[in-house]
Formats: sequence, structure tokens, C-alpha cells
Amino acid sequence: MRITCPICGERDIREFTYQGAAVALDRPDPEAGDEAWDHYVHLRENPAGRTRDLWYHSGGCSAWVVVTRDTVTHEVFDTELAEEAKA
Amino acid sequence: MAELKAKTPYETVTGGASGPERMEVTPFVAVEVDPGALTSLAPYKGQAKALSTALEAAHGMGLPKPNRMTGKQSAQALWFGRDMALLIGPAPDASLAAHAAVTDQSDAWSVVELSGPGVDEVLARLVPVDLRGHVFKRGHTARTLVGHMSASVTRTGADSFRIMVFRSMVKTLFRELHHAMIGVSARREAAGAG
Repeated sequence: MRITCPICGERDIREFTYQGAAVALDRPDPEAGDEAWDHYVHLRENPAGRTRDLWYHSGGCSAWVVVTRDTVTHEVFDTELAEEAKA
Repeated sequence: MAELKAKTPYETVTGGASGPERMEVTPFVAVEVDPGALTSLAPYKGQAKALSTALEAAHGMGLPKPNRMTGKQSAQALWFGRDMALLIGPAPDASLAAHAAVTDQSDAWSVVELSGPGVDEVLARLVPVDLRGHVFKRGHTARTLVGHMSASVTRTGADSFRIMVFRSMVKTLFRELHHAMIGVSARREAAGAG
């Protein structure tokens, strides 16, 4: 699999570290209630198909990248800097 | 008072040798070089342009774009990661500190020059980036991996590269390079003999 870093360009997956689903970009309000926080902290989708997650370009420029990809085909649809990404 | 003597990273790590490490596997040479001062420049938010102007005035080159190096032999600015450049050679001018976090990195990195005809074949065994001459030209740089080590790789000429790794890893770097060098060298010999 190859991931296009928005800064460095297309790079081998070896340079990246996987963090997890991009839910961290959608943190609930502190007063949102137990259910919302339970969902945010513990519950994750496990899709066979399109998913959106956070990767760290640890072996490269050190940027956090939001990658939209397909877990079945390994196709990468889109990458963007986490800083600029909208939840 | 004790007499203090500067040692190269390889000398420090191995505890032996004297002078910069040099390793030759015909036709390739890897040699430790002293680049002068290394200073990271991390521009404050929105200050990249101002830093570039100040850098140009003080040291003669602007801030490099991602994957590029600017400057001449005596003073270079190397792109060194997200929102960061590495000033190589001179001590940083005081004016830079107004626009960026300026941090001395001189003792943090070891710098190795790798050269020889078709030397990109050696690095192709270690680095997951296309470093062939028509893609990765002189003055191009990449933050990438050499084996398992985080590194900075820059093309300095048609048949030469500058490789930088954390100081503590210089022995591993030489070992990895040696392995790749003898591999490529042996293949060429075999091809020549056959």
C-alpha cells in the first residue's frame, strides 16, 4: 500500500504509523453525556469497505494525515493533513 | 584542566578509531563528514515568509520548499520535515530568532557522504523512495527511512548522496551501507565476469 502524504508526496507504507479511526477529530462536547462519550472512547466501526483513519508520517515529515481508504481493496481515495481536515 | 577533544559520532559510538570513519567497497565510498553547525529552524505560525526573508539576508538563501535544499556549499538550508528547515554550516544569525524556534542540533546528527558510480543502486536496497537521477535530482531531499532508521537523504551530485541519521545510530548506518555496498558490488562483478 502506498499513501500520498500531503507534504512529501506518494510514499511507501513503511514510513507511516497507524493510529486508528479518525474519531479523534470529532471529540464530543464535555457535557455531551455518557452515551456520546462512551461511543467516542470505546465504540469503533469495523467496516469492510470505506474507512477513514489517522496515520502518522513517522518515517518522514512527522505530519498527521487523515487517510480515506478501502479496507477490502486497499485503495486509497483521499489524504489530507489532520490540521486541515473536518470531522 | 582536562584537555577536551572533539570526536566524530562514529568515534564516540564505537569507542575506537581516530578521525572520521571511512568505508570503501569498490567502487563505493562512505565517509563521515563534519558539516559545521546544524541548526533547526521552525518558523512560528504565519512567520515562514518573514523567516525566509531574514534567512536570505543573513545567509544568502531562502527557506527551502518541501523535499528541497537551498544554498551553496558554505551555507545550506535543508528541508527537514513539516514546518522545519535545517541550517547547515554557519552559526545562525541572531535575526532568525525573531521568526522561528532556533535550536542547535550539531551534536544530534551524524552526517555521511556516500558516493560512487551508480550509487543510487546501493540506496535502492535500503530506502523506500525512488532516488534515481532522473526523478531525484541534485538538491532534492527526503525525510525517509534507511533500513529501520529515520533519516534525511539528499542528493549532492550525480553520484553522491548525503545521509543523516541520529548520532547514536551511525554504527548501524555504516553496517547497513556496508551490506548494501558489497551486495551491489558483487552483482556487478558477477555480471562483468559472466
